[in-house]
Amino acid sequence: VELQPEERAILGGERGEAARRALEYQVKVGEFWGAKRFVPVTNAHMMGDIEVMGDGGLQWLKDTAALGARCAVGTTTNARCFDFAHCEELGQDAGEAAKERELIACLRRMDVVTTDTCINYQTVYQPHLGEHVAWGDTGTVIYANSVFGARSNFESGPAALAAAITGRTPEYGFHLDAHRRGSFTVELQATLDDLADWGALGKLVGEPHQSYFSVPVFHGYRRSPAADELKHLGAALASYGSMGMFHFVGVTPEAPSLDAALGGRSPAERIVITDADIERAYAGYRLGDGDARLVVFSGPQQSLFEMKQLAALFDGRKVKAGSRCFATTNGAVLAQARALGYAGTLEAAGVTLLEGVCFYILQNLSPMRVANGWTNLVSNSAKIVNIIGAHRFNTILRRTRDCVDIACTGVLK
Amino acid sequence: VKIAVERAYGDAVEGEAVVSEEGFSPRYDLDRWSGTITKPGHKLEGTSLKDKICFFPTAKGGIAAGWAFYDIKWKKIAPKAFVFGVTNPVMVQGAVFAGITITEGWAPHPRGLIETGDWVRVDPAGKLVEVLRRRQ
Repeated sequence: VELQPEERAILGGERGEAARRALEYQVKVGEFWGAKRFVPVTNAHMMGDIEVMGDGGLQWLKDTAALGARCAVGTTTNARCFDFAHCEELGQDAGEAAKERELIACLRRMDVVTTDTCINYQTVYQPHLGEHVAWGDTGTVIYANSVFGARSNFESGPAALAAAITGRTPEYGFHLDAHRRGSFTVELQATLDDLADWGALGKLVGEPHQSYFSVPVFHGYRRSPAADELKHLGAALASYGSMGMFHFVGVTPEAPSLDAALGGRSPAERIVITDADIERAYAGYRLGDGDARLVVFSGPQQSLFEMKQLAALFDGRKVKAGSRCFATTNGAVLAQARALGYAGTLEAAGVTLLEGVCFYILQNLSPMRVANGWTNLVSNSAKIVNIIGAHRFNTILRRTRDCVDIACTGVLK
Repeated sequence: VKIAVERAYGDAVEGEAVVSEEGFSPRYDLDRWSGTITKPGHKLEGTSLKDKICFFPTAKGGIAAGWAFYDIKWKKIAPKAFVFGVTNPVMVQGAVFAGITITEGWAPHPRGLIETGDWVRVDPAGKLVEVLRRRQ
């Protein structure tokens, strides 16, 4: 990695020991990937909570804060594992909650803005075409690369924090033009009218093409997709396919045409997705023992428009006695949803609204599953039904309206 | 048996091989308290990765994997090395952060050449993996 004078100064300790260590770490990662230089970033988004970090990670964070680490660019946090208001009711561990508070305080000392959201791209920061950022989780990265035309790799917690401290990241992967060209095409003949359909599409395209550097190019769709639809598509592609970027002809900024999206390459494969394909994806979920007592709207957190839609669907109805329904969102969306009455409608229906968390990383989730006797988890998020398996849920993807019906009737279809 | 790797980081290490036909995520597949693969149906279900040299064809999983390697290293249940066919940035960022040796890309493919239980050496500087002795 070729270093500029400023980077050599950082390695020489001119910006303190924390920055020196952060850059030293980034050089090692950059060398692995053959990066030739660093690029400045304007924004960082990091995952950091006690569930993912553990005691070792917390100790490291404390040590790093004690070295005087400070963010050089605007830095936000991803969804975390505690909504402290619901900690006791959910049977979460008080000791771990105390560590989480310590961890949050530590991040704030380092100038991290603890937004606790995985939809920063909808609510906090929208980078422009060509802007280099250092983001994680994967859903934020694929949205940044694809919809904004910004440039980020999947940056894990330590890597995003290092970028935040040094204000730069090694130039490899999606920072380079070469990796941003489409590699195969997907013609959309399917109707895709529910958010879950977009997640199912991401599963159908991602699962058989698992590669970080595989970039699908969608084309032929009958209308312009909405932000929430692209969000569910991206989150599912990243989850099932480990993908960091897609193009959508006529929609995303680097895809004015199919040829432009492919960057002169011929596609390695041409796929067509029809309504029948989407229906087959839904039919592929096993219903297990038929347990329908857990319905989750999470992963990614709900946008204001998703909250509005859920409120309309739950209006005047009740979550069935003995069932639980959770929706997660961030503090900003929840505040507006309260002001607009959506939150009130949802809570009156018996939906539990969790702030600043994602359901899948909730601390103590496996014991929570056992204590409640849950076997199935129903969601309209293709991402969450994919990633929560390690907690031994049998997961079922259903359309938003069907999820609401299942929550209110306790009947799984 | 010698296998060349394309990219590598970390100290030279040797240990017992665990060879997987299936990809790996420290979040989806691994119990982060015991160091054992617990995901139901994973081809290595029940196998401990502690102190092993792990061969995985692909990487799975999201951003959270980045902290997970440091977590298992802290708990002293980490593998000595990860040898991936294809990996992703999060695995590399996580392994480098935790000080665990990691490589990507292999020629030839270790299938049929290295078996679980063989004693192998990973040399990042030489970009080489070799079998030192066969499983007893």
